[in-house]
Amino acid sequence: MMKAFYIFKKDWESELRTRYAVNALAMFILVTISVILFSIGQEEISPYLAGGLLWVVIFFSAMSGLARAFVSEEERGTTMTLHLIASPTVVFSGKLIFNLLLVFLMNTVISVLFSILFSVFVIKNIPLFIIAFILGNIGIAVSSTIISAIISKANTKGTLYPVLSFPILLPLILILLELTKYSIDGNSIGSSYVEIGVLISYDVIMTSASYLFFDFIWKE
Amino acid sequence: MSSYLLKLESVTKVFGRRLVFENLSLDFPPGKVYGISGPNGSGKSTLSKIIAGIIAPTSGRALHSAGGKIIPAEKLHNHIGFVSPYLTLYDEFTALENIEHFSRIRGIVSDNERRGNLLNDLGIYSRRNDYVKAYSSGMKQRLKYVFALIHRPELILLDEPTSNLDSSGKDAVYKLIENEIKKSVVIIASNEDADLARCGEVIYLEEFKLKQNK
Repeated sequence: MMKAFYIFKKDWESELRTRYAVNALAMFILVTISVILFSIGQEEISPYLAGGLLWVVIFFSAMSGLARAFVSEEERGTTMTLHLIASPTVVFSGKLIFNLLLVFLMNTVISVLFSILFSVFVIKNIPLFIIAFILGNIGIAVSSTIISAIISKANTKGTLYPVLSFPILLPLILILLELTKYSIDGNSIGSSYVEIGVLISYDVIMTSASYLFFDFIWKE
Repeated sequence: MSSYLLKLESVTKVFGRRLVFENLSLDFPPGKVYGISGPNGSGKSTLSKIIAGIIAPTSGRALHSAGGKIIPAEKLHNHIGFVSPYLTLYDEFTALENIEHFSRIRGIVSDNERRGNLLNDLGIYSRRNDYVKAYSSGMKQRLKYVFALIHRPELILLDEPTSNLDSSGKDAVYKLIENEIKKSVVIIASNEDADLARCGEVIYLEEFKLKQNK
């Protein structure tokens, strides 16, 4: 676990110096939210639509920033260096920790901006939203990390990420949209057990499958 | 003397429709420097990567053992030191930061004395706090030796070991090889006569037969 932490630490220090992912994410969030605000204009939108737009922004931001985890190593030619210093499990864990931190930071910023800029976006059951937010972020981070590992080996990295992430992230986004709607309505956590169960299952399945699959992706 | 043993069992590699080599079965007992030679495209680097566990062979296997015990694939990186021109270190870190990160990720305590000695032997001690992006290609090649040797590996794989190096760099590398052979198995993949002259046994990939040099 400590070795994975040190991979994360290397990536974090590298990110602070190169700003590969943070700049891409910040610009993307700024541009997409601005475009949404301009296109809505003075129109009144429903709280459900605001909740839907929140996850749309999160989904596309994840595409622009989280894919960097392995792609940046491949572009810099340091993938082989990682091969020579750590086992596949350690590499994947380190990259996953980095993406988890990035996705939590990114989604917190997006959620705060949404609640400031969209007055209709009012969450009545905050604990339910936080549960959905945490489980959703874990799902997005795990899925993005394994997709990043797959596309880093391909020639058409840019186009492959949306193609691969859509079917993988769609079930997650659909459940998150449902839970966001419930939390806007003020439904109790007890009445959302099924959706929370599906989210937990998604996270467990994606994490297990990613660790199993990563060995094959990592070794060409 | 090292107890490390490398054994290739019927190793075959195919890229698409192109057969690189087939049924390569070889033993690399300790105590010698081994050379892998052959024309461009004969598979020297591919074989080095298969031995290092970076790529998988199409069929067959590379067995590594130390002290009579087989080394599992997920722990192989702790036993191998690898240098090649296509290996890249992190440009955004200094030489010392690179080595620190690698040592921590490998889970070893950074040995300041060994680190200092290696940097000194390779003539880059005075530039240890410079960012790698400011290094010349020859200095980067020298730093790769610190990366490859800092964890005291039992198998040292050198693919084109003197690439980008000036004469003093080459001398430093040959001296290091001489020192390391006492503790490690050393394999050199090269076409340079001066590199192969250091080898006790050379494998000519295009012929698939061993030629005794000494």
